[in-house]
Amino acid sequence: MAHGPAKGFSRWLFTTNHKDIGTMYLWFSFAMFLMGGVFALVIRAELFEPGLQIVQPEFFNQMTTMHGLVMVFGAVMPAFVGLANWLIPMMIGAPDMALPRMNNWSFWILPFAFAMLSSTLLMEGGAPNFGWTFYAPLSTTYAPPSVTFFIFAVHIMGASSIMGAINIIATILNMRAPGMTLMKMPLFVWTWLITAYLLIAVMPVLAGVVTMMLMDIHFGTSFFDAAGGGDPVLFQHVFWFFGHPEVYIMILPAFGVVSQIIPTFARKPLFGYASMVYATSSIAFLSFIVWAHHMFTVGMPVAGELFFMYATMLIAVPTGVKVFNWVTTMFKGSMTFETPMLFSIAFVILFTIGGFSGLMLAIAPADFQYHDTYFVVAHFHYVLVPGAIFSITAAVYYWLPKWCGNMYNETMGKTHFWMAFIGLNVTFFPMHFVGLAGMPRRIPDYALQFADFNMIASVGAFMFGAAQILFLFNVIATIRGKQKATAEVWENPEGLEWTVASPAPYHTFSTPPEVK
Amino acid sequence: MNRSVEQSNRSLTLKLVGVVVAMFIFAVYVMPPLYDLFCEVTGLNGKTGGRYQATESVVDTSRQITVQFLATNNESMPWAFKPQLQSIKVHPGEEVEVRYLATNPTSIPMVAQAVPSLVPFKAAEYFHKTECFCFNQQPLDGGESAELPLRFIVDQDVPKQVHTITLSYTLFDITDKLALASNDR
Repeated sequence: MAHGPAKGFSRWLFTTNHKDIGTMYLWFSFAMFLMGGVFALVIRAELFEPGLQIVQPEFFNQMTTMHGLVMVFGAVMPAFVGLANWLIPMMIGAPDMALPRMNNWSFWILPFAFAMLSSTLLMEGGAPNFGWTFYAPLSTTYAPPSVTFFIFAVHIMGASSIMGAINIIATILNMRAPGMTLMKMPLFVWTWLITAYLLIAVMPVLAGVVTMMLMDIHFGTSFFDAAGGGDPVLFQHVFWFFGHPEVYIMILPAFGVVSQIIPTFARKPLFGYASMVYATSSIAFLSFIVWAHHMFTVGMPVAGELFFMYATMLIAVPTGVKVFNWVTTMFKGSMTFETPMLFSIAFVILFTIGGFSGLMLAIAPADFQYHDTYFVVAHFHYVLVPGAIFSITAAVYYWLPKWCGNMYNETMGKTHFWMAFIGLNVTFFPMHFVGLAGMPRRIPDYALQFADFNMIASVGAFMFGAAQILFLFNVIATIRGKQKATAEVWENPEGLEWTVASPAPYHTFSTPPEVK
Repeated sequence: MNRSVEQSNRSLTLKLVGVVVAMFIFAVYVMPPLYDLFCEVTGLNGKTGGRYQATESVVDTSRQITVQFLATNNESMPWAFKPQLQSIKVHPGEEVEVRYLATNPTSIPMVAQAVPSLVPFKAAEYFHKTECFCFNQQPLDGGESAELPLRFIVDQDVPKQVHTITLSYTLFDITDKLALASNDR
């Protein structure tokens, strides 16, 4: 049974090993992260000064659209699936994922989806230019011809996510080592179980909404066309019914990651494990009944505005429970500040700031001013960059020694952290101010009074981008490094993954471990 | 991996695939009709209902409601399209007929569809149309004109605070859309 990986490229093409597939997911996601980052830098370079300097408005719109799509579907989601592949079987004492062949397939269709999506940049009429939210009729009646390729790319990404989610649920429910009850599972496993259910519930809705677009564009139906009895507002309802759970799909696994890391470096068990599980479930449930807070301005009855406003604010309660638990875990702990811990603490602080601006946006009457301004951009980048991206980065530094068997260079890791932390805040904090002052989203040019803050934001963005190159360098240097890591890596970390050797053998837990 | 785990993986996978299929059907076949129904019940987006069957009723002469008429051409629609009257004062319960005028100034035959919207939204359910050009598509040959009839009743139960109802029609060019639909079928 114990045999190593096959040789050459076919190892990666035909592999059904969860560690190989996890590695491929993570590298793919990093490649997409860099590509989406380049798109973001084109945006920030154009916005460095008022006026049009570098790109035409049409191309600018393509950049905002592709940046959003690539970051959401190409960088963040595959990164978490990659972490799930690497870690869930090791954390629950399973030999591999439950459905290894489907696992291979769900990864390998992704590069094709993104090849198709990026190829639209070279097509006549350009890439999709209607924003990552692709509101009809911009994405139907007025869309460039490449929209059909966009639709199929989204279908493939959706299929990949659904297969990944089914695999994760089957693994967690059926493959746990004897004695590993549900309430003994590490929180990363719990948050992923809940995320996987969200994916199964809403990715088909995304597939449905792009299918309706396809029918409207090519087959003469009128789902979103008022002329034929349809309604463009229906698009927004269906899209956000997917879209709101989607933003939790990108953040719940992040909650899991920091819930693993903070106890290790605070040297205290996680405070309020059970309440973490219930809070995560509550957030997942609430995510289905708040979608219309993205569309307060479409013209809703007052009762609807009030319902979605209060339901949205309710989400602050379970989220507050989680933040309280993380802070309490650190309270009076013997804290040390290694790179993963720095990223995790930054996560707690900055995600909370993003949560508060979310509460401001949730106030329906105030949202009429904030809607579609840079305040919204500041808000969701504050929850997604320190939320999803920082937690993924923290996870890589935390588990990389386990994956490759070598310790990373702490100084380099900390340099990366401080560059990213400063760059991030310099980029996104000024956006709050220009947003409140009325600068709209998705424009290549702006009024002169926004000039200074935009210039500051652009400087920060390039600093943040440079930090990610350092990240790439750190990871490669660690993989090729000489400084061996111990099996435990950290001081008494909790979890089955630390009981196997570093680097983790190709096959782990072929016989189930004993869980006390 | 023993046999029972494999079996439970398979049955769980099938169940989850069932959920996926159900959610897809929900998105494409359930949500749009549900949304239409919801809009009709609540008057959301100022959607007015279909053809109304007039019933014998008393006209409430104690008050008057001003009904204003608007006409808008969607994007590049070239037709001349306007209401005959800017506004009219009606008693609740009274059946009134007004007309819109449409002219196709181009030299080619075209088909149009008018889509209504009404404010305030809460008056939408009290605005009944017994006859409306928006119930049908409107073909016009090049250079042809037509008077488009609209008969309506404002319900006696319309809330007291409603004094003015604004009815807007947007005219869409659906010539290409019809050609596309007939080619595919």
